[in-house]
Amino acid sequence: MIAIVDYGVGNLFSLKSSLDFIGAQNVITNDADVIKNADKIILPGVGAFADAIKLLHQTGLVPVLKQQVSQGKPLLGICLGMQLLFENSFEYGCHKGLGFIKGDVCPIADDVDKTLKISHMGWNSLDIKKQSPLFKYIKDGDYVYFVHSYYAKNCNDVIATSNYGIDLTAMVQNGNVFGAQFHPEKSGETGLAILKAFNEI
Amino acid sequence: MLAKRIIPCLDVKDGRVVKGTNFQGIKDVDSPVELAKFYNASGADELVFYDITASSEGRKLFADVLKDVAKNIFIPLTVGGGINTLDDFDRVLKSGADKVSVNSGAIKNPKLIEQGAKKYGNQCVVLSMDVKRVDGRFVVFAKGGRECTGIDAIEWAYMGQENGAGELVLNSIDTDGVKGGFDIEMLDKIGAKLSIPIIASGGAGCEKHFVDLFRACPKADAGLAASIFHFKQVDIKNLKQILADNGVSVRL
Repeated sequence: MIAIVDYGVGNLFSLKSSLDFIGAQNVITNDADVIKNADKIILPGVGAFADAIKLLHQTGLVPVLKQQVSQGKPLLGICLGMQLLFENSFEYGCHKGLGFIKGDVCPIADDVDKTLKISHMGWNSLDIKKQSPLFKYIKDGDYVYFVHSYYAKNCNDVIATSNYGIDLTAMVQNGNVFGAQFHPEKSGETGLAILKAFNEI
Repeated sequence: MLAKRIIPCLDVKDGRVVKGTNFQGIKDVDSPVELAKFYNASGADELVFYDITASSEGRKLFADVLKDVAKNIFIPLTVGGGINTLDDFDRVLKSGADKVSVNSGAIKNPKLIEQGAKKYGNQCVVLSMDVKRVDGRFVVFAKGGRECTGIDAIEWAYMGQENGAGELVLNSIDTDGVKGGFDIEMLDKIGAKLSIPIIASGGAGCEKHFVDLFRACPKADAGLAASIFHFKQVDIKNLKQILADNGVSVRL
């Protein structure tokens, strides 16, 4: 059973549908006991970092997530949910994240050529940097769907990048904590394959 | 490298996909769910789902049809037609849409773009424009291209971007249904000042027109079409291979 953490951010319809589609048992929940009893956790998220981390803290689930992660339960952060895994975000100010992964979330616009459009939006190919169980069913160069204006850097746990003038962090892994900057639930067969691999960890 | 996107558009009326020529003479084609599955399997990068009669007749989209599509396809889904209020945003997003396309609703109430962007994020708001040449300038038309608003298209597009639209669909009424190629001149003129992704629409008749689009108009991020895909005159897999062979970055 995968617990999809519901903290009032974003639309979880597609994520749930995609997990249903691959036959992964899942539940959308903000209940600490359900999360504790789940085999795996997905932390979704869209919107602004500051709002999201505030809402997540308000649910009272942060200590639960920390406890579960420290016990070795697999956690996958998606899009903003991945960014929340980091130590700091510099999206409109400086905000503390969950600190599961070392590094900072910074504006793409500061680091790429000014002629490029911001957000980084659309399908981009994955450059696999390190092996990970999430890559069980996909290969280097497969395309996934991104929508974001901030990206993770100063990070040694990058397992895949996508090139947008510079190498943007696409996926991270620190032990049992995983993150995908793109939306696997909107990335066609490749995205479903990543979710399937996560479900099988 | 970011790929250029190929987007089939499903114009829906009474739960069926339809597509007219110059918005007149509608022909029935197929079921939205079946077409969505077909396109997902054939490599479409995204789907746009419009209720083409909603603006003028106030029809609501069928939430069940949307939900059915969203449960079967796992690529971005944009929904438009009859989006006049934030409640309309809410309705289609809850039915599985990822992005909401505003057109006539934003012309009636320009604040709708800003309201939608603030509540759901810029990435969620797609400003769709039907554009036609009138007396030597590009003018925005409302109500499925039937009503001239007199609004300057270049100004309207820029205002939409500044108010928070995350993407722009530029549909040329002049080339729509003619199948003589995209309206490169219109796309260039309107796109010149814009920094958000642009989806070109109207006029694609064959594979070459997409090659021409992405070569001649680097600002175009995506090409959208309907009938050529629905009637299988252009196969998306084949189209993307041709684009790749011509040096255009696509998701194969």
